[in-house]
Amino acid sequence: MNDFTLWDMARGLLLAARWTIALSLLAFIGGGAVGIFMLLLRTSRSRVLSLFARLYIELFQGTPLLMQLFITFFGLPLLGVDTTSWGAASLALTLWSSAFLAEIWRGCVDAVPRGQWEASASLAMNYLQQMRHVVLPQALRLAIAPTVGFSVQIIKGTALTSIIGFMEISKAGTIITNATFQPFTVYAMVAALYFILCWPLSRLAKHLERKLYVAHRH
Amino acid sequence: MRYHFNFGDVLAYYPWLIKGTLLTLELIAVGGVLGIALGIFGAWARTSGPRALRAVFGAYVELIRNTPFLIQLFFIFFGLPSIGIQMTELEAASLAMVINLGAYSTEIIRAGVEAIPRGQIEAGQCLAMTRLQIFRHIILRPALQKIWPALSSQVVIVMLGSAACSQIAVEDLSFAANFIQSRNFRAFESYFIATGIYLVLAILLRQVMRGIGLMLFPAKVPR
Repeated sequence: MNDFTLWDMARGLLLAARWTIALSLLAFIGGGAVGIFMLLLRTSRSRVLSLFARLYIELFQGTPLLMQLFITFFGLPLLGVDTTSWGAASLALTLWSSAFLAEIWRGCVDAVPRGQWEASASLAMNYLQQMRHVVLPQALRLAIAPTVGFSVQIIKGTALTSIIGFMEISKAGTIITNATFQPFTVYAMVAALYFILCWPLSRLAKHLERKLYVAHRH
Repeated sequence: MRYHFNFGDVLAYYPWLIKGTLLTLELIAVGGVLGIALGIFGAWARTSGPRALRAVFGAYVELIRNTPFLIQLFFIFFGLPSIGIQMTELEAASLAMVINLGAYSTEIIRAGVEAIPRGQIEAGQCLAMTRLQIFRHIILRPALQKIWPALSSQVVIVMLGSAACSQIAVEDLSFAANFIQSRNFRAFESYFIATGIYLVLAILLRQVMRGIGLMLFPAKVPR
């Protein structure tokens, strides 16, 4: 039997980290795109569309990500789609993060003073024009810090995809543990790796928040 | 070939679903109470504790908030026994939840504590209140009241996160769903029903937290 050195373990985890990063990026970009769409529905003047977006957000925020992963993983084949753990993981994470991002961004849109809407309405702008030229540019400034903060949640969320068999850091950690019987070392390394990925983003979010807060206080 | 949904097969296992739901509730009850207690202590330590304790809690908060719950759980359940700390699945899961919620609530409650105007504390000193009295009556209560909504959402998030505990064979609601689908191969239906129960639990838990808020801070929480 081979002996695993610390470097062997670290290398295995680092290779798997590529997939954690790829999945996080995909979920962030996909979640952002769907999230913008949901935001438009949520803040639209149509009561039906707004209610639909509210239910969507409530559904994804009110259920465990793990269950969403399972439903996607076992549900897609019923629709005749061949599922890989990669496909199910990216779809579930995209939908999950879109709900959270839509809700975060709605808070930012709500923070734009009412008068801005009224002023742009008096310039005969329609809803999309108001959003695009007046409200979103201002809301965007507010949104940067919490959005960066949420990206940390996405990275941590990817750990759950190991349960449906997606090969990322946590899955690699479990496999290496099974081969080496050194759970303490391996899981400490796994945690350290997540920390290295997440901590700079957390710091950045905090830094941005502080900067923005100063600008707001004058 | 069309798939025929069969939810009845899953509902036939209702004793497992009920047992799992109760265990999930038990986990969040223990995790919620002890986690918030740890958070209150942590907020005190971070704002007015001795310097060493301040650093310890600072590191604790950063460490927990930047690693996934699943890994914390695995580390406690699989990792700690190799340095001689043995515990059952249920103990490991409860501990992981307390530690996880403790870190988040430390940070949330600390924000509330820091929002207390300096003058209030000075007024308390003028009334010859002890440091403990000041913390309890002047700082903690208004601070908790201010951040109660944020704390409530965090408790709900931790409850939903507890689904991961099934991975160390804690027989909670998600474990029940796994168990049922391994018996009758109705994977989609089992997880669908379990997800529905989680949704109801999340909505109920939010109301319970609101109720506790109204009880603790009568008349001052916006209704």
